[in-house]
Amino acid sequence: MIGANHIVKSYDDELKKLHDALARMSGLAEVQLRSAMEALDKRDSDLASRVMNDDGKVDECEHFVNEQTVRLLALRAPVADDLRMVIASLKVAADLERIADHAANAAKRSLVLNQMPQVSPMRSLVRMGKLVQTLLAEVLGAFLSHDAERALAVRSRDQEVDDLYSSLFREILTYMMEDPRTITSCSHLMFIAKNIERIGDHATNIAEMTYFRVTGRSLNDQRPKRDTSAFEGGVLPE
Amino acid sequence: MSEAALEPQTDAPKMVARDVRVHYGTKLALKGIDLEIPAGQVTALIGPSGCGKSTFLRCLNRMNDTIVGASVTGTVTLDGEPVYGPLKGGMGGIDPVLLRMRVGIVFQKPNPFPKTIYDNVAFGPRIHTLFTDKPDLDRIVETALEKAGLWNEVKDRLHEMGTGLSGGQQQRLCIARAIAVNPEVILMDEPCSALDPIATGKIEELMDELRETYTLVIVTHSMQQAARVSQQTAFFHLGEMIEVGETAQIFTAPSHQLTQGYITGRFG
Repeated sequence: MIGANHIVKSYDDELKKLHDALARMSGLAEVQLRSAMEALDKRDSDLASRVMNDDGKVDECEHFVNEQTVRLLALRAPVADDLRMVIASLKVAADLERIADHAANAAKRSLVLNQMPQVSPMRSLVRMGKLVQTLLAEVLGAFLSHDAERALAVRSRDQEVDDLYSSLFREILTYMMEDPRTITSCSHLMFIAKNIERIGDHATNIAEMTYFRVTGRSLNDQRPKRDTSAFEGGVLPE
Repeated sequence: MSEAALEPQTDAPKMVARDVRVHYGTKLALKGIDLEIPAGQVTALIGPSGCGKSTFLRCLNRMNDTIVGASVTGTVTLDGEPVYGPLKGGMGGIDPVLLRMRVGIVFQKPNPFPKTIYDNVAFGPRIHTLFTDKPDLDRIVETALEKAGLWNEVKDRLHEMGTGLSGGQQQRLCIARAIAVNPEVILMDEPCSALDPIATGKIEELMDELRETYTLVIVTHSMQQAARVSQQTAFFHLGEMIEVGETAQIFTAPSHQLTQGYITGRFG
């Protein structure tokens, strides 16, 4: 009979270590995004500074995952679902590290924003942040519980983020044209919006890796891209 | 080079097994195997001990005929020609002696004859009289040793005993002996299990070269070897073939849970 465990127990222990590191890293990345959004919403500069400081913890996790995957590949020569687990972990860790970077970046800009009067597109930005937080929590849950269906559902919702981003882009442009004094704040908001939109893209990558990890197949179909901001006003958002 | 190898590559499989069952006395060792062996490829048969992979390999050139109490049913074809005939004991198919010339075999333990290196390789061509004169036989021996990657190591001592060579050299000598009669298919039953990694590497490299000319079927306990050398992998378990597929697919995303359990080391 096949058991869930390997005949060599230490192999299971090493795979579990990798899984636990990913779980810990997922938790950290989620907290970083949530805190960055909260710091922005509540104009909390202390919290924003903490997000910037804590980015190093996520980097450490990624370093550990990288070492552990190289070790597993070299010493265990994993195949089939074990191989897919190791490869997916390596790629998901890279996405999580980028997600935390974007969160830290948003936190850094919120420190500048807190020195100026609040501008109204902030409300839309916070809404977009909430959506991305939900998607990230969903996709990480799917990855850690090997749920391909749930991952696909997240992947199909990235359009919502793109739609919000495009409309936010228009809103910010309009706001700046109406009142040029807000240009500095609005520019920072625009970059933060881009950070959050990128986090949505990384969540999509994680959804695709989850699908590969569970099924062994890659998702090759092109998702429709709905972010149209690149074509508006003859101006690139970033 | 055999005539078959000179023919243009077609998609038709070199050998086909249909519903092959083997009894050892009352014990059913193979429970109806269906497998196509593509020409010009290495097919690896993997599975735990006693799963029937060696039994199946031996069906392909009727080596089971020599085992008392063994009986084979179902059909095996070589280029569409039935290997087993309709008569008692499978008689009426391809003559087993000619069959074993077309479908050679190399065993787990190197088993050179207690003869010289030259005579080991010349043995097959001599009994099948596949040569015209002494220079022709010399040429056949040289070519076979070259193809087996052994010529440079033994060309100055062809008249020393084959049994005096190292394990890896003896195994390559056995491969040269199999090649010398111009086979179309070479069966290998765990050809590297008694060899060190360097000799194993040489045999694996050799398999890769040989598949340009011959069709290879290997039985191996080393999953990594199957992954390295084969294009098609079949997984056997308790006398059944559970899954067959492209090697890369079997080792990244097998479709059967049993295959997955075996190759990832979760069996037991």
